[in-house]
Amino acid sequence: MDITVNILLTIATAATPLLIAAIGELVVERSGVLNLGVEGMMIMGAVGGFGAGYLTGSPWIGLLAAIIVGALFSLLFAVMTLSLATNQVATGLSLTLLGLGLSGMIGTSFVGQPGVRLPNLDIPGLSSIPVVGRLIFGQDPLFYISIALTAAVMWFLFKTRTGLTLRSIGDSHSSAHALGIKVIRYRYLAVIFGGACAGLAGGHLSLVYTPQWVENMSAGRGWIALALVVFASWRPWRVLAGAYIFGAVWIGQLHAQAFGIPVPSQFLSSLPYLATIVVLVLISRNKRLTMMNTPASLGQPFVPDR
Amino acid sequence: MMRLELVKRPQRSALFSVLSPFIAFALTMIAGAVLFALLGVNPLEAFNIYFIQPVSEVWQLHELAIKAAPLILIAVGLSVCYKANIWNIGAEGQFILGGIFGSIIPVLFPEFEGPLVLPLMLLLGMVGGALYAAIPALLKTRFSTNEILTSLMLVYVAQLFLDWLVRGPWRDPQGHGFPQTIQFGDSAVLPELMPDAGRANWGFVFALVAAIAIWLMMSRMLKGFEVRVLGSSPRAGRFAGFGFNKMVFFTFLLSGALAGLAGISEVSGAIGQLQPVISPGYGFTAIIVAFLGRLNPLGIVAAGLVLALTYLGGEAVQSALGISDKVARVFQGMLLFFVLGCDTLIHYRIRLIGFAAPKLEAAPKLEEAR
Repeated sequence: MDITVNILLTIATAATPLLIAAIGELVVERSGVLNLGVEGMMIMGAVGGFGAGYLTGSPWIGLLAAIIVGALFSLLFAVMTLSLATNQVATGLSLTLLGLGLSGMIGTSFVGQPGVRLPNLDIPGLSSIPVVGRLIFGQDPLFYISIALTAAVMWFLFKTRTGLTLRSIGDSHSSAHALGIKVIRYRYLAVIFGGACAGLAGGHLSLVYTPQWVENMSAGRGWIALALVVFASWRPWRVLAGAYIFGAVWIGQLHAQAFGIPVPSQFLSSLPYLATIVVLVLISRNKRLTMMNTPASLGQPFVPDR
Repeated sequence: MMRLELVKRPQRSALFSVLSPFIAFALTMIAGAVLFALLGVNPLEAFNIYFIQPVSEVWQLHELAIKAAPLILIAVGLSVCYKANIWNIGAEGQFILGGIFGSIIPVLFPEFEGPLVLPLMLLLGMVGGALYAAIPALLKTRFSTNEILTSLMLVYVAQLFLDWLVRGPWRDPQGHGFPQTIQFGDSAVLPELMPDAGRANWGFVFALVAAIAIWLMMSRMLKGFEVRVLGSSPRAGRFAGFGFNKMVFFTFLLSGALAGLAGISEVSGAIGQLQPVISPGYGFTAIIVAFLGRLNPLGIVAAGLVLALTYLGGEAVQSALGISDKVARVFQGMLLFFVLGCDTLIHYRIRLIGFAAPKLEAAPKLEEAR
């Protein structure tokens, strides 16, 4: 029983950064912007979070720094694609390349240093209830934040007027503009929200998942988060499900390696990436469903006329 | 508070189309100077070490050619993809598979020697890269799966596959447990061009030939026209009878084959055996090269040399100033950012407007006057 609980807990820990980053990117893509820089923003959040936590000794300040660094880094993308109307695919890629380089440079002095870890929630009495106690009341704070974030984004997108406006911009920026909606302003806010989420996800990696700084420690999670958004057909609760499926794959292969299953460890390590491809194929082969759900203006630059 | 406003030019600006890479380079230099100053280094001294010293002697120019060759080879292939609006970003994986396929002969059949070995290796390398690139192409055409994500995921898979090969079945039994294959025999090593002057090998010639061939194809042949039409207007392309799915395969196989050729050239020329890591991110840096070269094969040759210099400069500042060689990646990333930003100037004029200021009356009149 204890083993099951432990495995479930590690799955949640592996799924949380994917979920946070993907939820942020979902809002960005719902506004019609494709930001391929998730991996770069995530790794910048990770190094910023680790650095601030290491220097101040406070994981909470680290977490805050991760969010701010991610948001600032996404601002770069926003200025380029929204104010200068650059190609979103190329700009997103360059954000990732820049992030991987910059984080490696900033993090040189952090390699091998002991980090700080966000403490798990511990409610006396409740957290020690057998089985469910630790699952519900004993996880790291970001687990709760990620669930709350998903619910909040769901509510925002589908139950508020602003959310409706955001979705309308994603489906047709010209019509939204003609109605007097500030398309660029909405998109700026969406991109910065996505950056803050990616930064937070990176902070989870360096402050909870493995509280240390390792170069390229995001290991493609930003890209998997991007795939999750497609997999989820741009729906928050499906992102939640997808993140947990991927968390399970990630943890499953680690456990399989630990159990000494006679399969090369490299093959097991490649499973999350292969699973991403398989899942993308499964979801995209239904062309009508994909077409129906994709924000129609996704990835197209918009220059408002006067 | 100020705000940017873009005003569409009636035609693309020929001036900025030429100037933009240079403006971008100048801006990168300024940002780089700030970066070095922040790191506590005199920017002028750092620039001297970064950009001038690494290319001040002949043997160093050979090193530059070694680094530039894979970048150019990969980037000219990618430029065709991007012109067609098809996004292969997994060249790093195709590079690795090219290296692996090309190494089949020297690793598994080391006793096979002679003048046939090298051409076969290069051919196998191209096949390996092309086959690996065919996967995202197939998934895109059959299931309309996003090629950006699939080609990128395959990079991680390729890296792990290479890691497994050199630690497992292909490891040199006499290698004292080091994760590497046997050293390639003489007939499996790509010859150096001028062994007396430096290490540059035939890979650089391949790169130049590929650049010229692709330039001819894009500017003088129907295929190049097809690529450009489908890239700028898929609908017009369909009316002209150009098949989109065929184009996806064509661009992926072409860029994959070139990346594979770059991979085996690197393994057989610069390294001489397979190791767990055979590329310092050439496949990704080549994306920057392609854009800096304005997706024009001849521009890419120049851009490839510039980006190769950022690698050499990174190594130089690391040994001379103790700055992480990751600074090279930062330079590369900044350069791409500025290139993309400056490209906006080709299609738009940029105006700064104050929020509070009343609307400019003169602006529309100016446009009418044209």
